[in-house]
Amino acid sequence: MASTRAWRGIATALAQRLLQALLVALLVGTLCFFMTRMLPGDMAYRIAAGRYGYDMVTTAAAEAVRLELGLDRHWLVALGDWWRRLLVLDLGVSQVTAEPVMLEIERQLWPTLRLSVLAMGFSLLIGPTLGVLAGLKPGGLLDRATLAVSTVLRALPSFLLGLVLVLVFSVQLGVLPAAGHDDHGSIVLPALTLALGMAAVSCRVARDAMIQVRGSAYFAFALTKGLTMGQALRRHGLRNVAAPVVAYLGVQLVYLVEGVVLVETIFAWPGIGHALVHAIFGRDVPMIQGTALVLGLMFVLFNALVDTACAFIDPRRRA
Amino acid sequence: MSTPHTVSSDLVVIEAPRRPSLGQRAGIVLVSAITLFALFGPWLVGIDPARQQLERYLELPSLGHPLGFDQLGRDMLARLAHGARLSLSLATVSVLSAAIPGSVLGLLAAWRGGWPERVLAAFADAVLALPGLLLVLLLSAFTPGGFWPLYVGISLALWVEYFRVVRAASRILLASPHVEAARLLGFGPLHIVRRHLLPELLPRLFTLMRFGFAGAVLAMSALGFVGVGLQPPTPELGVMMIELLPYYGEAPWLIGAPVLLLFLTLLGLLLLAPEREAA
Repeated sequence: MASTRAWRGIATALAQRLLQALLVALLVGTLCFFMTRMLPGDMAYRIAAGRYGYDMVTTAAAEAVRLELGLDRHWLVALGDWWRRLLVLDLGVSQVTAEPVMLEIERQLWPTLRLSVLAMGFSLLIGPTLGVLAGLKPGGLLDRATLAVSTVLRALPSFLLGLVLVLVFSVQLGVLPAAGHDDHGSIVLPALTLALGMAAVSCRVARDAMIQVRGSAYFAFALTKGLTMGQALRRHGLRNVAAPVVAYLGVQLVYLVEGVVLVETIFAWPGIGHALVHAIFGRDVPMIQGTALVLGLMFVLFNALVDTACAFIDPRRRA
Repeated sequence: MSTPHTVSSDLVVIEAPRRPSLGQRAGIVLVSAITLFALFGPWLVGIDPARQQLERYLELPSLGHPLGFDQLGRDMLARLAHGARLSLSLATVSVLSAAIPGSVLGLLAAWRGGWPERVLAAFADAVLALPGLLLVLLLSAFTPGGFWPLYVGISLALWVEYFRVVRAASRILLASPHVEAARLLGFGPLHIVRRHLLPELLPRLFTLMRFGFAGAVLAMSALGFVGVGLQPPTPELGVMMIELLPYYGEAPWLIGAPVLLLFLTLLGLLLLAPEREAA
């Protein structure tokens, strides 16, 4: 019985995330719809120019576009149609490359996922480890050092941190490529940029949790009954440290997704965030919509994963 | 979070003010210095940040021009001062225009409830569904390079927090015995808000404003840096950084100036937090 209730708890959380995904689609879709309507000039001519080149635009071509996109209809009707096409994932055609937006996104999704997952992995490797060690000796050298470093890192926005890492590792030391995706190891700097920013916070969260664990009755009892420090940590400490760290990961996802956009752009990493910024440059609304939608959905998906992980780590949250 | 103070409308128990920690004092110094620089810097420097003297391009710092000249022969200190003023004023304006309506709506929602509360809560959820910077980016795509989309986008992303925090806190406060007593005594809503709600809400609002301020400064410079925010020749911190990056080798102090200013602004705001929060 208990386990059915546990799964029901997770299911409710996931249903809320599904609702959030719908909200993302509605918000992005509506904004992009009005974006097309508010761009300067006659839209049919502009889209025709984007498709066929500025020299090839004729009234006939513009009229064909007008009919095809329903630009002659009332805007409410057009908005309904826009939503309907979004729901069946008909994202249209990029106005710059003339390729289906879906195809472009398929190419860019993998690099972005690889970068985000690697960044999250790095951050979980660095942050909580240092945090636990610092929390074992509050006020000690490591504790003060990590506090100083994490304060500096938290005041450094991801794009500046990326800049600093490029200047140190690529320009001065010349050990890692500064940008692009062809060279071996070019994922290291962008991933490290995102990871350090996240580790700066998770390190402190883990440190506070560790101090709480050390002061708890169950930890004292574990030591009293004869477990060594290492055993007590492994059996009673880590899971209790992990709970707040993973819960805080949910908050950090905002930083991760925002950071992906900035970091991909400055490192020329060929992912969704890079594509979004370039679509804004090119005023390519179908691409803006597609990429923003995918980033938003990625945000929701990661959040759902964090929800599930929280429930698995902390049984109290399953009910 | 909650500090024990107003017990009844007459008896005020004041907690002995804790001495600000070393970090907080550093934060106060940093934030005041940067604010003064933004307020009076442009006037003190007194040079047009757009004035070009091409023959002086990348000129070394001197007494008259402490940061030298940039890649287009413009006085760097003048550009930095105007950049600071631009960032801080955008942040101030957007934080205020998020905080005031957000708090008022949160208060009204907690007070009246009903369908307006549900509509507002749904709208807040919709805004929160996307990371804030993504919303600002999408709005900036409407009129690239404009100031208005930045302002609207940042305010729109920020008001939700005020709404949610004020609504949640007011709900609890409005149900508490001392507010009920005040109501029974016949005090009007304004009195209750001023004497019983605001003292509890203000510290939380200041925390939110600190974060919102940092977020606004950050968003503006980030968008400027990747090229979808304000456009050159505007002296904006992020724009300056990306413009000066190619000259890092010859004149590192030029790009160093806006980087350091942004870093110190964010650091100052971070350090202002009471120790308990800063963890």
